[in-house]
Amino acid sequence: MINVEGLTKRYARNVAVDHISFQVEKGQIVGFLGPNGAGKTTTMRMLTCFLPPTEGTAQVAGYDVLENPMEVKRRIGYLPETPPVYPEMEVVEYLNFVGKIKGVPKASLPKRIDDVMEQCAVADVRNKEIGKLSKGYRQRVGLAQAIIHNPDVLILDEPTSGLDPHQIIETRDLIKSLAGNHTIILSTHILPEVEQTCERVIIIARGKLVATDTVENLTSRLRGSETVAVEVMPRDGGMDFDIFTQNVRRKLEQVSGVSRVVQKEAKPGRASFTVESLQGRQIRPELARAVIESGWNLNELHAIGLSLEEIFLQLTASPKELEPAPAEAAMAAAEPVGEQK
Amino acid sequence: MNTLTICRKELSSYFRSPIAYGVMFFFALIAGYFFYAAVAIFIRQSLQSTMMGQSVPMSVDEWVVRSVLSNVAVVGLFMVPMIAMRLFAEEKRTGTIELLVTSPIRDSEIIFGKWLAAVALYAAMLAISLLNVAMLYLYGKPSWKPLLIGYLGLLLQGGAMLALAAFVSSCTKNQIIAVAGGFGLLLLLWVISWASSLDTGTLSRVLGYLSVNDHFENFSKGVLDVKDAVFYVTMIAFGLFLTGRSLESMRWRA
Repeated sequence: MINVEGLTKRYARNVAVDHISFQVEKGQIVGFLGPNGAGKTTTMRMLTCFLPPTEGTAQVAGYDVLENPMEVKRRIGYLPETPPVYPEMEVVEYLNFVGKIKGVPKASLPKRIDDVMEQCAVADVRNKEIGKLSKGYRQRVGLAQAIIHNPDVLILDEPTSGLDPHQIIETRDLIKSLAGNHTIILSTHILPEVEQTCERVIIIARGKLVATDTVENLTSRLRGSETVAVEVMPRDGGMDFDIFTQNVRRKLEQVSGVSRVVQKEAKPGRASFTVESLQGRQIRPELARAVIESGWNLNELHAIGLSLEEIFLQLTASPKELEPAPAEAAMAAAEPVGEQK
Repeated sequence: MNTLTICRKELSSYFRSPIAYGVMFFFALIAGYFFYAAVAIFIRQSLQSTMMGQSVPMSVDEWVVRSVLSNVAVVGLFMVPMIAMRLFAEEKRTGTIELLVTSPIRDSEIIFGKWLAAVALYAAMLAISLLNVAMLYLYGKPSWKPLLIGYLGLLLQGGAMLALAAFVSSCTKNQIIAVAGGFGLLLLLWVISWASSLDTGTLSRVLGYLSVNDHFENFSKGVLDVKDAVFYVTMIAFGLFLTGRSLESMRWRA
């Protein structure tokens, strides 16, 4: 549905987007991820024909953004970061205006407006001025505007920014409900959002494509070793606590397959560690046995998965090391995890 | 079709903001004052001339209508930047311009629609001054032809000024800059012919030709000269063309 080949946007002094290539299949939700200033908005603007690319091509539904902008525009619904609403207009009036300029046939427009207002849950404010609506409502009016002409592709630039947690959940659910009929690209720098809404992730940093994969693949690809959080308490309080901690540490280090033990802050009377395994080893059963056999209380034992957040930080922090091979990426991934919660 | 959609939207936002009312109120006030002054002078002069025994009555067309027309043109000069300032600057500031240019409509439709709305507001404003002139018909018989031509001239002149001011508005996000820049540009074009009164070189003749005011002189006398009409139409086309370029430049600059 979307086909991007070597897309580049160069300004006088800097390169905003640097040879990005990716494909998006019909009906997918793709998360466009990157730190602020990575080039997400610029890429989206090129896809919506707002900015012409300096180099490379982008095709939407088979039409090139440079050669056939009208056809592309007809098939794209776009929600920029700030919803493009006219504060003095009423919701219905605004949707009516947008419907007209997006080329919705006049006869079906009133029905269509009712539908999208229902879909985006803004029907209860239909006759209110948009300027008087809350941020959440305004965002949803923005979404309603983007889908009014039932486009094949939806491009949403940070659709949840500036919303409160409740509104974020509503907006996410709304976006998920739109998938299937529409191919959706949404940009964000909030990672849980991608984990929860998207099937695929495209990560860019400093204008360059860093990774593109499904959420699961990305997680498993980078998770080479297992990281486990362990919390232990002495059964009787008689022993000196520092000595106890030392003992526990030594014991954990002796478990086979353990590569590193890092002590963490813990509540008084408890010793807490993160334990990393060697590549491809399951260490949780061994750890549990070691603690119990030593006669201590095992308070807590759980694996710390590499969250998308960690992957993201690693990918965007040092893109040069990571680009060559996934194996190397996995090695790099193992390093800084220890201090995570 | 799209042009009309844009135009209607633009007009409705004019009348929802204080701009339309402010512009029309002050125009009515000032144009009314000028009208009163013109009529008062006319009455005094004609009384004097009757007392001095001149039998030829003074012409209302010449004394009132012409003076009202050129005064209205001056007031228009002040109102145009205020009407045009928000056309593009506002949309650039709020980001709604992104909605317009990513919609399947042409830039020319956006620009022409907006300009048309501004002209419509300007015409509504001029209509107020027509009410003043209509009062003349209660007491006298001014001929309608110079009046019609005069108002056609005002409309053409207004359209040309609005096109140029729309261009200034499309260059900035800031409405204050748009109004100041627009006024500066129009004032310059208004007074540019004053230089040509000093000498008769080619340069000053060219500059004189550019004056948006000089071309109105024939209209205000009730003379429809194609040359002047062509000038205004060219100005409109030129202003809208520049606006188009400026809108396009947004794409490769920002």
